[in-house]
Amino acid sequence: MKRVSIFLSIIFLTVASFSQGYKVGDVATDFRLKNVDGNYLSMAGYTDAKGFIVIFSCNHCPFVVAYEDRMIELHNEFAPKGFPVIAINPNDPEVEPRDSYELMKVRAEEKGFPFAYVFDDGQKIYPIYGATHTPHVFLLERAGAELKVAYIGGIDDSPRDASQVKERYLANAINALLAGKRPEPSVTRAIGCTIKAKSN
Amino acid sequence: MQLITINMNLIFRNLILIFFLIFSFQSIIYANDQQSIKVMSFDEFEPMLYRDTDSVYVVNFWATWCAPCVREIPAFEKLNEMYESKKVKVLLVSLDFPNQLESRVVPFVSDMKVKSEVILLDERNPNRWIPLVSEEWTGAIPATVIYSKDFRAFYQREFYFEELEEIIQPLIN
Repeated sequence: MKRVSIFLSIIFLTVASFSQGYKVGDVATDFRLKNVDGNYLSMAGYTDAKGFIVIFSCNHCPFVVAYEDRMIELHNEFAPKGFPVIAINPNDPEVEPRDSYELMKVRAEEKGFPFAYVFDDGQKIYPIYGATHTPHVFLLERAGAELKVAYIGGIDDSPRDASQVKERYLANAINALLAGKRPEPSVTRAIGCTIKAKSN
Repeated sequence: MQLITINMNLIFRNLILIFFLIFSFQSIIYANDQQSIKVMSFDEFEPMLYRDTDSVYVVNFWATWCAPCVREIPAFEKLNEMYESKKVKVLLVSLDFPNQLESRVVPFVSDMKVKSEVILLDERNPNRWIPLVSEEWTGAIPATVIYSKDFRAFYQREFYFEELEEIIQPLIN
């Protein structure tokens, strides 16, 4: 009986940990996080934006590295249309030293990121969003004074090889919003590196 | 001139012989020392998630570049070894890039002396197959499916050996 109850509690905890975080349609919180340029950044500061491509990202994950060039292209394509990329590093550098703020600056410089790359210092933001891995995308749209989650998931259907992309899930979602339509699909999945936290 | 040609021929033949010997030795060493890692599409792999036998299957998704995955491999290995007689089978599904099979996965499996079965899943579009493993899976690894005839659960988390045992115990006779 004790085993069964432990067993049930494990299942419950597993389910509970998945029910946290945003779903499509939820109102997303703004944040104030330090950018690689040394300044603190909030979404409220972008007065012209129609929304944001928030990507939980990092330095070390091979799936992020595979997507860096495509993240740059997304920003260059959609920032002029009102949807800039904001990359957030949610990892604890004490757990993954390659994801320190200093090394974020190095990576941003090397790749010439045209978008903001901010540090979730203290890991306050990613649990609210419900990000679980990097890269993990939350597409937000402005709805009056609020920001609403319009799409969650991956960037496209070929993480390992940009030349094999057939469906650009994220780009299609933004184009749908720009056309006044709902993204379809509004949730996709992609393999990524678990967000590194001490309790894990 | 002809003499030189003959010599060249001889040298060439010897070289081929030497190469042949080296390669055959290598394959003997591989065969004794480590398992061969099958590269599979999701369609080829999917039946391994639904085997209808008396065993308990523990299917773990991992990669050599994933630190928490690598950390928990010994727990899965211990489970595979200790519960072999109780019909528990561990399958380690590598999500490494297929072009790193020889450079990363094979040396890792060999160095760690991994005894559990290892395969490499080679699929272009994770959005197609991730939900087929579990609707709960957002895509973070490590991730594990544990199933038997009457039980199925998905875990997007890292495991210690004792936690795996806790889940396995009620499922074995």
